[in-house]
Amino acid sequence: MIGWSGAEIWLIIVSLGVATYAIRFSFLGLIGNRELPDWLLRHLRYTPVAILPALVTPGVLWPEGSDGSLSLPHIVSALVAVAVGYWRKNAVLAAVAGVLAFVALRTLL
Amino acid sequence: MAAANSDRTAFWRGARDAGPFVLVAGPFGALFGVVASEAGLNLAQVMGFSVVVIAGAAQLTALQLMTDQAPALVVLLSAIAVNLRMAMYSASLAPHLGKARLWERALVAYMNVDQTYAVSVLKYEDEPQMSLSQRLAYFFGTCVPIIPVWIIATYVGALLGQSIPTDWDIRFAVPIAFLAMVAPALRTAAHVAAAAASVILAILFAGLPYNLGLLPAGIGAMIVGAEVERRMGARFTPPAGGGK
Repeated sequence: MIGWSGAEIWLIIVSLGVATYAIRFSFLGLIGNRELPDWLLRHLRYTPVAILPALVTPGVLWPEGSDGSLSLPHIVSALVAVAVGYWRKNAVLAAVAGVLAFVALRTLL
Repeated sequence: MAAANSDRTAFWRGARDAGPFVLVAGPFGALFGVVASEAGLNLAQVMGFSVVVIAGAAQLTALQLMTDQAPALVVLLSAIAVNLRMAMYSASLAPHLGKARLWERALVAYMNVDQTYAVSVLKYEDEPQMSLSQRLAYFFGTCVPIIPVWIIATYVGALLGQSIPTDWDIRFAVPIAFLAMVAPALRTAAHVAAAAASVILAILFAGLPYNLGLLPAGIGAMIVGAEVERRMGARFTPPAGGGK
């Protein structure tokens, strides 16, 4: 992978694996029945929906190779994925719809 | 003998109940395999991710940020942040499985992913009379259609990715996959508010170097989600299996 040595990539894999395992083991393994405070649970609940949209937003609005301008296929296919996912509550269907929309718009435009 | 029998029944019931999630673990494992090998990881590294981490969203997060040439610390912190929800899964399984032996809890922790957690915890709440060994058997049953499928699908995807010409440019499949995972999870006004805040804050912080805007945007959006929930008094329902 460009910019990363094999050792660096393995360091990322192992560190992420250890940290993820520690999170999964945490309460079940060490603390047993003690409950998490409500305010903390309330924040943890939103980690995926809070982080993943922020992760992809720049790539959707200013995709690589577009020199910082908006790109219709990227924006429309992203909206298609969100709409189908929200409507059908099915992530796989939404991903397929989004990718097909992207390919179709790329070919047509 | 009767106990062993009922454990076996619980195991296979778990496997059956989690069966539909083959349709999540399979395609997303394959997707990760394809895009990771397209991004330039070798087969061992791709498999390393899926076997050691077993968390699709975090793996794709790491991959995306590595492709963007973000610093290693940003890659790690962001991917770990995506996995913080699993602390909640761990805490909510504790009352049901906390009395199991250490090695059993250690094994449960390794396979505690969105789908195995969601299917199992719903079952435990539904049937509080289940014995500890039935609960464990049920959990390990839910792993059958998910964990091996995830790993094998990654492998197939990685082989496929090596044979796809690099000029096809399927990298945009990664953001699409993320959005596809998030959309079904927008179950309440608080989830929608958190996601909207996430997009807006990402735009505001887009100027920061090294993708550093991701963490303040994510934390800000978590606070927005939690605050909306607090004001509306919304209740949490476990995920039905949208994202992995």
